[in-house]
Amino acid sequence: MLYENSIKVLYIDLSTGKIEIKRRTDMAGYLGGVGVASKLLEETMRPELSPLAAEQPMILAIGAISGIYPLITKTVAMFISPLTGELGESYAGGRLALTLSMAGYDAVVIHGKAPRPSYIVIDGGNIEIKDARPIWGMDSDVVGQFIRDHVKGSGKRSILRIGPAGEKMVKFASVCVDTYRHFGRLGLGAVMGSKHVKAIIVTGDKSTKIKEYKDYFRVYQSIFKSVTETDLMAKYHDLGTSINVEVINALGALPTKNLTESHFDGAEKITGEAFANNHLVRKMACTGCPVGCIHIGQFRQKFDDGYDYESLSVAYDYELIYSLGTLLGVSKTDEVLHLIEAVEKTGMDAISTGVALAWATEGFMKGIVTVAETLLPLTFGDSKIYYQAILYLANRKNDFYRVLGEGTRSAGATYGGKEFALQVAGNEIPGYHTGYGNLVGLTVGARHSHLCNAGYAVDQSISTFDENKAVDALFMEELERCVLNSLVICLFARKVYNRETVLKALNATGYVLTDNELTTIAKRIYKTKLGIKEKLGFDPRQVVLPERFFKTPSIHGTLDPLIAERMINRYVEKCLLLLSEEN
Amino acid sequence: MKVLKAVEMNRCIGCLSCMITCATVNQQDHSILKSAIRIKTSGGLTGKFMAIVCQACKDDVPCAEVCPTGALVQRKGGGVLLDKENCVGCEHCVTACTVDAIYFDHSTKLPIVCKHCGVCARFCPHGCLQLTEEVQ
Ligand code: SF4
Ligand code: SF4
Ligand code: SF4
Repeated sequence: MLYENSIKVLYIDLSTGKIEIKRRTDMAGYLGGVGVASKLLEETMRPELSPLAAEQPMILAIGAISGIYPLITKTVAMFISPLTGELGESYAGGRLALTLSMAGYDAVVIHGKAPRPSYIVIDGGNIEIKDARPIWGMDSDVVGQFIRDHVKGSGKRSILRIGPAGEKMVKFASVCVDTYRHFGRLGLGAVMGSKHVKAIIVTGDKSTKIKEYKDYFRVYQSIFKSVTETDLMAKYHDLGTSINVEVINALGALPTKNLTESHFDGAEKITGEAFANNHLVRKMACTGCPVGCIHIGQFRQKFDDGYDYESLSVAYDYELIYSLGTLLGVSKTDEVLHLIEAVEKTGMDAISTGVALAWATEGFMKGIVTVAETLLPLTFGDSKIYYQAILYLANRKNDFYRVLGEGTRSAGATYGGKEFALQVAGNEIPGYHTGYGNLVGLTVGARHSHLCNAGYAVDQSISTFDENKAVDALFMEELERCVLNSLVICLFARKVYNRETVLKALNATGYVLTDNELTTIAKRIYKTKLGIKEKLGFDPRQVVLPERFFKTPSIHGTLDPLIAERMINRYVEKCLLLLSEEN
Repeated sequence: MKVLKAVEMNRCIGCLSCMITCATVNQQDHSILKSAIRIKTSGGLTGKFMAIVCQACKDDVPCAEVCPTGALVQRKGGGVLLDKENCVGCEHCVTACTVDAIYFDHSTKLPIVCKHCGVCARFCPHGCLQLTEEVQ
């Protein structure tokens, strides 16, 4: 908590309706964000039960200086992932971090299961669990509109909600935050669905006097300047992350048609520029971020003869263009946007959805599954069919879509075709086939996401590959991100928030920490995460990597499984060394 | 004297940097609720952003008119300045302003009025807000 030495945690037990608020002075050593959330997860999780058991917690947390510096805008969610069965960790922007701090909480722990569909209103100290029966079944966008009209606090509240996929506990269901941001990865939407929670609304009116005005504002201004006046953030503001479509394709690292290729012939039609020229109508920002990387694309489509059009607007990003575009062979901008709209309203993770459908398409082509299962002739490039398939997947239409909704790993294990199921430890892969850094990074990363240690960036930065150096770089980055994520800084600003700036920002608000102390905190957090993974039975050395990763060339050529194995072993050794260190 | 105008709200990205800096500089508070300018959405995030801010009324100034103690003094160029010593916290000014640009701060028992200092405009990354010279 800002200017305080304790972490204020709100506990909500949905089964009993019991609410508790605790000030945890024992948690100061975890700074906030992912540190506090990991500790709370470790304390409250039940490793012996299934990830969707009512007893499992779902945790939200913000950092010590959330909302008072540019781009310290995110909230972390931690849970046991129903998709991988182990550590679930996901980040969302929007207004949530600011509203949680204005409500006066550093962390929220929700456990139990509501007796009927419910939504939770957190309005400062006033917590209510309300009846959501009439809105159960609603699409994610519609439920947002309903809540806006029924709960007070326009402009300063944050609305989290799930779509039908979350209710049906599709294992990669997402949670939509304030229309354009998400807790996307690893199935937080299914966790909310399993708890009978359709939405969470956060608002509050707490104010905090600035202690050292001059110091604080000096640092604020210098960060603001480097964010808006240097080119450090230009990429995100200009074309946005979709600029990567060209870059990654040119490198030969863009997963295409279920990674049967790493170069997409139609890529020039769906570049960041193409989206901007054809569809971009506005940019938006998370609260407290002057960059505004959220790119909203609008398109219209005819729904009847004559002049009957409907218009839709959705946010697009690189990962979505990859998973619902290149990986499915879709090469038209408006068709990609249409598929994004489908995952938005049903409430699923866009990456996992695209990967699952790409696997299903290859399986269909190979005859592993037929129309009897898929109900649709899945074909690379046919977005109309994919649109329908997304609706089937979200609603678990038949046995096939039910299995596919358990994740691509499960689908491969049930129907065959594990070798081309693009998942690592159960999590569907992001849009990079850059080399060992990426592949090993996904395997050893705490949540098997490209955001754990940015292995794709390690691959892009090295000219001559050295496996030991690559492993060291992955480890260092994963550790450093424990600091950034304890403050819950937007990772796009990771170059702005180097150690020096982080320390300055903390010092100006009364957190007098040294560089070494930050490193100690990072290690403490990483150790906690590793401990959780171990308790949940995870060992990276046991991960079976699908053959496909070693067949399609990456930017470092065709990968050798033996080298990947050696790198994983070396990484595990580094973790063991860390765990044996004194605190 | 210059006054603040929300000139290009179509370009607004909803970052609230304007509110954060207004509250910081003028109230020395971290809460955006202490800001004299407010950014609102019309119809959720899919709608447009609008700025609620003092319109710098001249001549007839409703808020100053209703103030029983003369705590709101007309500002040269438009709008008002608050004389804290004289304010009795009756909230009449809040209801008098048609555009809802005055907020009552219940913790200090004082209204928050925009003094057209332009700090918000300085921190708006998209040039939505500007300090402009009012043409006489
Ligand atoms: S606060 Fe309202 S009434 Fe007073 S000068 Fe500004 S716009 Fe006019
Ligand atoms: S609250 Fe203060 S400034 Fe406003 S009308 Fe009353 S006395 Fe005047
Ligand atoms: S600073 Fe500018 S862009 Fe940001 S919310 Fe205010 S008016 Fe909009």
